[in-house]
Amino acid sequence: MRHIISLLLENESGALSRVAGLFSARGYNIESLTVAPTEDETLSRMTIVTSGSDDVIEQITKQLNKLVDVVKVVDLSEGEHIERELMLVKVRASGKDREEMKRMADIFRGRIIDVTDKSYTIELTGTGQKLDAFLDALEEGAVLEAVRTGASGIGRGDRILRV
Amino acid sequence: MELTGAEITVRCLADEGVEYLFGYPGGAVLHIYDELFKQDRVKHILVRHEQAAVHAADGYARACQKPGVVLVTSGPGATNAVTGIATAYMDSIPMVILTGQVPTHAIGQDAFQEVDSIGITRPCVKHNFLVKDVHDLAATIKKAFYIATTGRPGPVVVDIPKDITMARCEYSYPTSVSLRSYNPVVKGHSGQIRKALNLLLEAKRPMIYAGGGVVLGEAAAELTQLVRSLGFPCTNTLMGLGGFPASDPQYMGMLGMHGTYEANMAMQHCDVLLAVGARFDDRVIGNPKHFFQEDRRIIHIDVDPSSISKRVKVDVPIVGDVKDVLSEMSRQIAAGTQKPDAAALKSWWTQIELWRARDCLKYDRTSAIIKPQMVIEKLWEVTGGDAIVTSDVGQHQMWAAQFYRFDKPRRWLNSGGLGTMGVGLPYAMGALLAHPDAAVACVTGEASIQMCIQELSTCKQYRMPVKILNLNNRYMGMVRQWQEFFHGNRYAESYMDALPDFVKLAESYGHVGIRIEKPADIEPAIREAFARKNELVFMDFITDQTENVFPMVPGGKGLSEMILV
Repeated sequence: MRHIISLLLENESGALSRVAGLFSARGYNIESLTVAPTEDETLSRMTIVTSGSDDVIEQITKQLNKLVDVVKVVDLSEGEHIERELMLVKVRASGKDREEMKRMADIFRGRIIDVTDKSYTIELTGTGQKLDAFLDALEEGAVLEAVRTGASGIGRGDRILRV
Repeated sequence: MELTGAEITVRCLADEGVEYLFGYPGGAVLHIYDELFKQDRVKHILVRHEQAAVHAADGYARACQKPGVVLVTSGPGATNAVTGIATAYMDSIPMVILTGQVPTHAIGQDAFQEVDSIGITRPCVKHNFLVKDVHDLAATIKKAFYIATTGRPGPVVVDIPKDITMARCEYSYPTSVSLRSYNPVVKGHSGQIRKALNLLLEAKRPMIYAGGGVVLGEAAAELTQLVRSLGFPCTNTLMGLGGFPASDPQYMGMLGMHGTYEANMAMQHCDVLLAVGARFDDRVIGNPKHFFQEDRRIIHIDVDPSSISKRVKVDVPIVGDVKDVLSEMSRQIAAGTQKPDAAALKSWWTQIELWRARDCLKYDRTSAIIKPQMVIEKLWEVTGGDAIVTSDVGQHQMWAAQFYRFDKPRRWLNSGGLGTMGVGLPYAMGALLAHPDAAVACVTGEASIQMCIQELSTCKQYRMPVKILNLNNRYMGMVRQWQEFFHGNRYAESYMDALPDFVKLAESYGHVGIRIEKPADIEPAIREAFARKNELVFMDFITDQTENVFPMVPGGKGLSEMILV
């Protein structure tokens, strides 16, 4: 099953490679991984999307907790949570397709953030599924380039992950 | 007053109470060596290969509980140390390894003797640090000792660039450490302990399985008290030997791939299992699916939460220091009124005695060729069961584990997790430094001993009177055994051709060598060796080439599917 794990770790060089190394050394999946410093610059917040049986997920959280640089770990999938991913996608937009592409961006609440006479660059935010749906909705060959950040997640309501 | 990074490094070690530093000098650590030269609080032991520095420090830590400390140079110094670090990591041994590094400005430039020591060691350390500012040096070394020795112990690497050893700052050694991201659990959860006791006291066929965590956690006395008060059978893993006394009637012998018939059968057929500081290793329970064919409830005490329910799902996990949890259990049993089920226990012991009567460790005692098992038995007799025994890896290791009956912890030093050939001699060196008056025996084979044979020179320099028992069967014995059983007797590359004359070899290093070829000469040779109190004696026993280690649970098989003699 898919799980979204959120962690706070020391904002130190090498902390990321400890986490990434743990996943490769123990054969765990990483679907996506995002990381950036938090409002407290000594800490980084990381979101990992992974999959595995309950036993594997339990081991993953235990192994992450064991890393000395990791301050806190929470499996967001255990409760209500929100996740968002950002995609920047450059699409073909010329001739009769140009108007259609603008409409598609509007339907998915994307924003066109760069324009040439042959292309649009669209910024789109949402769950991974929504981004997938947008890409699927485009005609074959319409996508010139797509960049996705991977999911970031946060607990709903009063659930807070902090030191 | 400002000190250089090199001075600070040495002062930190001295202030941490480090007695011995095992190492090998080189370019990146010359300033540190210069400071070592100027002081006499920390004694340096010069090995002949960095791998042996780590093994010797590891052996020291295993023998006396204090962390082992190592100093090696950058590049090859660090890479040579990696096998030793991984060995210590797999067996959770507290160590601090200082590696030299090229100057900060040269890092990443492919400088001479540069290697990414932090990157290379990351998967086989508890933690590692690169020191980028001399102001962080003392605090980092303090943190390294704290992390290495608390919780589930392990090796910590501190990588120190050469310019940091020359830079100056004020020195003060921190008295305490607090890390927001690292807080090992000590006390076990009282509710879980109560649940565990309820299960144990209602058990019909209980079994206690104790691992290296009992030795590392200094909990042998607490374990022994609990086992005796319950009257349950107890087995030790390879790493746990000595955690419960082998001479106790409740002792079942070692379990696992080469464990006793009775220990493995009881493990398989028990209805309540108490696992203490052990991790259900593949060499211990064999095939987990087969293990779960029998229904049993499992209680698992371990300081490391990630060891619990890793290979085997447990019913009652207790995270905490084993010493603390075991004594709390004993306290609650003494305070309570419920006693173990005496009738059920009686019939369980009757069954166990039937398994024991199988006499699974029997071997031909009338052989005209030396049987390796007999060498270990004689070693046990001559040393009164009170020697520190180190071993390498292979058949000799298993025979030593089976036939030397350890009554005390920290008497048996071997590489259980990583299975590193070559550790035996350096482990013995570390053990002798930790306990200068102890009888220290290194049980090895002609293949393993050659992996760190150069340390005979270190033994000469520091007058380390190790007694080496080389069980020489001219084969990598365990490889040969697997080839015989599972590869149609095709002994691919397992014959040790062109062996040195070990007697002359020992003599050329300035030691005593003895060759023993007849069973009747085993005991006199061992007696003579131990009578030579101040000399290293290399005993080369020419043993039966065809002898195999039994019982054996073949890889992938279940615990009760043993090959027996």
